[in-house]
Amino acid sequence: MYAVRRWSVRHARFFEWLYEHFESIIVALHPLWLKIGYERVEKPIVAVERRVKGFLFDCRMCGHCVLSSTGMSCPMNCPKELRNGPCGGVRANGNCEVNPGMRCVWVEAYEGSRRMRKGHYILDVQTVLDRSHKGTSSWLREVRRLHDERARRD
Amino acid sequence: MYFEDEPVPGYSLPILPGHVSPGRFERVLRSGKFAVTAELAPPDSADPEEVFLRARIFDGFVDAINATDGSGANCHMSSVGVCALLTRVGYSTIMQISCRDRNRIAIQGDILGAAAMGVANILCLTGDGVQAGDQPGAKPVFDFDCMTLLATARRMRDESQLLSGRKLDFSPKIFLGAASNPFVEPLDFRVDRLAKKVAAGAQYVQTQYCYDVGRLKRFMARVRERELDKKVFILVGVGPLASARAAAWIRDHVPGVHIPDVVIERLAKAEKPKLEGKKLCIELIQKIREIPGVAGVHLMAYRQEESVAEIVDASGVLEGRVPWHPNRSTNTDTMRLVQ
Repeated sequence: MYAVRRWSVRHARFFEWLYEHFESIIVALHPLWLKIGYERVEKPIVAVERRVKGFLFDCRMCGHCVLSSTGMSCPMNCPKELRNGPCGGVRANGNCEVNPGMRCVWVEAYEGSRRMRKGHYILDVQTVLDRSHKGTSSWLREVRRLHDERARRD
Repeated sequence: MYFEDEPVPGYSLPILPGHVSPGRFERVLRSGKFAVTAELAPPDSADPEEVFLRARIFDGFVDAINATDGSGANCHMSSVGVCALLTRVGYSTIMQISCRDRNRIAIQGDILGAAAMGVANILCLTGDGVQAGDQPGAKPVFDFDCMTLLATARRMRDESQLLSGRKLDFSPKIFLGAASNPFVEPLDFRVDRLAKKVAAGAQYVQTQYCYDVGRLKRFMARVRERELDKKVFILVGVGPLASARAAAWIRDHVPGVHIPDVVIERLAKAEKPKLEGKKLCIELIQKIREIPGVAGVHLMAYRQEESVAEIVDASGVLEGRVPWHPNRSTNTDTMRLVQ
């Protein structure tokens, strides 16, 4: 919902804090996910992720969540699905070129990022999206990625 | 202007040390000359002569010609098609690629094809939304965004690899560009976005229409602060406005164009608005030229393409230099007299 989505951006700092704690919990649960099997746990987690993030951020389940780098404003709500910043068509009032009644997702993202402690992540170049991951859990993908990374380091 | 190692039209120049492309445009920029580019309006026609006619009016006044890719989401001859024709006779082209109409498979294929035809410069654009054009029922693709397109093109050139990692036998030698719009919200983020584009691979940028020199100066001051002007050539977009009414229409209907009220008032008061529009454009070019860090101007004279030569000439920014063109009579008329 548009109003909730905008409220979430206004509270970007809180969601940044919340996600950091949430992430450390699901990462710690890695042995459990392994035991049950990542494939089997995927479906229920997706159901939760879709509902929670759908309600808070109008999440589109792209499978590669970048909310922490976009001021808690989901870039997939941009009609052009831009993941690296605003296009050149933003209206003088800060609204979207395609959808004049909507605030530009990236105007929101920039404001949100300035409320966050690690808002500078908005300056990172996001790589091209793997469209085949649409509808999958980016939480579980992130857990596995962090684990693989740690395993490689050790 | 004439290079000593000038090839037969349609064939590429040698790539100089430190250059990435065999193109004239990169050479002009890297030699420190103030560059001039212009946008060619692609015809609604399958007649090649139409394209040559539209290019000919720029002869001797521009360093490269931009071939637009469905600009404003309107359907015209493709940028690949326009470039295929123009490179055949030796014109220096900038092929625009918009992310709106094609997915990653099509775009990477086009980059290879274009480079093979002699296109030395590409401009990576997001593209206007389909709602802006003549076919709003079209499916917007936006598989890449301009940043990932830049990164992919750079990878093809520098690592000889497609996005999938598959090796290329011969990499596309292309000078990579992007667009920038310093004039719209979020203004504070615009320099950051330029920095991101540079990080993704942009070597030159062409900006949206500039009618507000103050805003451009503030943007450029921050660009210089971060030394971005040393990493990327910035060409500022300009164009003549035909009348106050046309200007107001553009401001209200063309996404991303910022025209201050003083400009519209000046045109409204003018006896001959079209002439005043050209005068304004010439003044803008001269003011823009004075801003440190600006490497050139990009003329987008929509429906007034015939006035480009006159405007460039009057502005004096070429300082007598005559950019190469295929219709010159001899190889020696490389300079013209300047008053």
